[in-house]
Amino acid sequence: MPSPLIELRHIKKYFAGVKALDDVSLTIQPGEIHCLAGENGSGKSTIIKIISGVYEPTEGEILFSGVPARGLTPISAISHGVQVIFQDFSLFGNLTVSENLALSSELSSGRHLVNWKHVRDVARQAVESLNVKLDLDAELGTLPTSGQQLVAIARALMSNPRLLIMDEPTTALTRREVEVLFRLVRELQGRGIAILFVSHKMREMLEISEQITVLRNGRVVGSGPREQWDELSITRAMIGHDPSAETYHWQPPAEPMPPRMELKGVSLAGGYSDISFALQPGEIVGLSGLLGSGRTELAMTLFGMCPSYSGTIRIDGQDVRLANVQEAIAHGVAYVPEDRLHEGLFLTQSIDHNLLACSYARLARSGLIDFAEAGRQADGMVREMQIVAPSGDRPVMQLSGGNQQRVVIGRWLMSDARLLVLNGPTVGVDVGSKAGIHAKIRELVRRSHIAVLMISDDVPELVQNCSRIVLMHRGGLVDDFPTADVTESAVADKLKALT
Amino acid sequence: MSALLKRSETVIFLVLLAAVIITGLLNPAAWQLSNIFSLLRANVITGIMALGVLVVMISGGIDISVPYFAMAAMYVTILGMLKTDYAGIFLPFVVSTAIGLALGGLNAFFVHTVRMIPMIVTLGTGTMVRGFLLGVIGTSNINRDQMPGQLIDFASTALVKMQAPDGSTIELSAMVLIYVALALVVHFILAHTMIGRGLYAMGGDREAARRAGFNVRRITWFAYCLSGALAGFAGLLYVSMSWLANPRDLAGTEMDLLAAVVLGGASIFGGRGSVLGTMLGVFMLVLVNNSLIILHVSTTWQRVAVGLIVITACAVTAWRDRRAAAA
Repeated sequence: MPSPLIELRHIKKYFAGVKALDDVSLTIQPGEIHCLAGENGSGKSTIIKIISGVYEPTEGEILFSGVPARGLTPISAISHGVQVIFQDFSLFGNLTVSENLALSSELSSGRHLVNWKHVRDVARQAVESLNVKLDLDAELGTLPTSGQQLVAIARALMSNPRLLIMDEPTTALTRREVEVLFRLVRELQGRGIAILFVSHKMREMLEISEQITVLRNGRVVGSGPREQWDELSITRAMIGHDPSAETYHWQPPAEPMPPRMELKGVSLAGGYSDISFALQPGEIVGLSGLLGSGRTELAMTLFGMCPSYSGTIRIDGQDVRLANVQEAIAHGVAYVPEDRLHEGLFLTQSIDHNLLACSYARLARSGLIDFAEAGRQADGMVREMQIVAPSGDRPVMQLSGGNQQRVVIGRWLMSDARLLVLNGPTVGVDVGSKAGIHAKIRELVRRSHIAVLMISDDVPELVQNCSRIVLMHRGGLVDDFPTADVTESAVADKLKALT
Repeated sequence: MSALLKRSETVIFLVLLAAVIITGLLNPAAWQLSNIFSLLRANVITGIMALGVLVVMISGGIDISVPYFAMAAMYVTILGMLKTDYAGIFLPFVVSTAIGLALGGLNAFFVHTVRMIPMIVTLGTGTMVRGFLLGVIGTSNINRDQMPGQLIDFASTALVKMQAPDGSTIELSAMVLIYVALALVVHFILAHTMIGRGLYAMGGDREAARRAGFNVRRITWFAYCLSGALAGFAGLLYVSMSWLANPRDLAGTEMDLLAAVVLGGASIFGGRGSVLGTMLGVFMLVLVNNSLIILHVSTTWQRVAVGLIVITACAVTAWRDRRAAAA
């Protein structure tokens, strides 16, 4: 049997003492489509960077066609036939398509001068070999994502790679563009090029790959031909346990209380119309629907960001007018945005500052901030949310995605919020943290009778945590059902039926 | 045609043309050959320094230390010449250029190795070098009588010499040739060498440039050292042309350089810019200053005009970049 194209043997990688990869072995045969699956933070990108020579493994060895490669650098990895298409393509938006295509080959030729005719010829050949149409003189930044991806693929192919690594190639593509991409990938395979396809999308993995290797917390937890896998077994391998079947049951409070929030015929031009539903104290209600269904606009209305809405909103039995964010906060509404990095956190500031950001007014009743009390409360919340950090004065950007999300949620819990609107609460959070965040939310809801509106596309997340799910479609409320008696697949079918 | 119209060089050329016509209409003296020659001469120093700023800006950095490096390199060189009674021309320029280059290396060290923000680095090194120059090297002006004569003779070389109708001599300084030659060299580097394309690549996306195999350390060092070297050269040429070596001179002109480069279509965020654009930008700036003088506008108001130009040009390019990013 010929030696494999590339073989990783017992690779370990530490970053400042933190284990990113623990004894990873991986074999890729020539011309194979191999899928590397795993949650965020499972070590997928570290493996890519080790194969492509960006990182040096702490321990272990890499073999190309059976020959050990020592001190791999990005350049020597390329000469071994490794090409990586990063998620952001690593292209230059300010240069033309032809220059983007020809740069690497010009560089590796070791020339000091640019031969522009050569650049154009090289670029034309590269594009022709892919059988696609691209304007070579266009500035790259003016192309759509799928066009830029074609340029990235064409560029990678120019060095006649034997292994093409694609990092989450389908993230920004439409379904049709994904099909075009897959057709291209199979064609490349026909030319004998092996593809390492990095993804966390179950369906795409099963569609395209021949071998699937699953990583969890820096370890290989399963590897084998595609036939051995199905969606459930991949999920199980990725998260380490069966997807939980436990659901949250809402207990009505002992003495009757008015609904935490009640919407009556609320409409927003261009967003949604005639929305009516109520959230009881201690209830977690899921809100789902396709992008553009109006769900995000509804969430933003509740947080005072869409003041032009019409209809009645009642909080704790009182009519309110949510004309701006300050007013929404004053009425006890808290909003955790989807894009927490840009909308929710001050990345360079400390954990404590981030936690306290909405509590300073409460802590400064006399006009001056009581820092001793603020520190005590922040420490308490760090403990309560189980945020893993050496101390509260570390900047938030040093935390993992899961811990960052705990900081955002913790901030709102400190601000006496009574209605928590969570938009994609665990998007981009690894599975371990996800379960922890869910448990925390449920515990807090049970204890303090706040109400939660959880916006999510993640069906298991909705079914496990919510006592009720509300579906929106094209700006209208189309369904409202309790989760006690539905299965995850029934909810998934309801969502699919919306298209 | 539309591609030509979209180029920022074309736009600035048209604006320049309009400015020339307007100033000429306001004051016909502006169109006299003597004034045009002196305008061209006034491009030389700002232009050479702006070329360095352009290179750094394309790479994604910024260099505001240029005028201070120019004065330091110049002053040390002149003092050395006076001490040793040196009579040549070539070597002093080499020395001044080398001092500038070394100072540029200082910028590169802080920017690349220490990974500091270029704005802070060059603000710091510029201020530091100026302070060191005035505090340690000296503060006294070296005037016409003490200046090495051969430098003045060299800088007075005329390319064209003719008799005006009123009998006065009109001449075009040969230093314009040096400027044009340096501009051609920088253009060649930017457009036809790998390190030049590396500057654009790095300015467009530093991480992507590194991944593509560019040596970003070398490119960073190249940009700041070239900028420093051009500054050192321009410094000595400046005092040779103005017959006065004043270590306090040119302070504050970093704003003019930035103005010219940004006006010439370079992006303050890196990755865009051309020598032709910068040359047009420099000409535009010199023309504005010159017109304001001819129109008897005081120098303080000229600073207002320069500040306005920087803000307007930056706003236009920022808008252009944002639109490109949105597309």
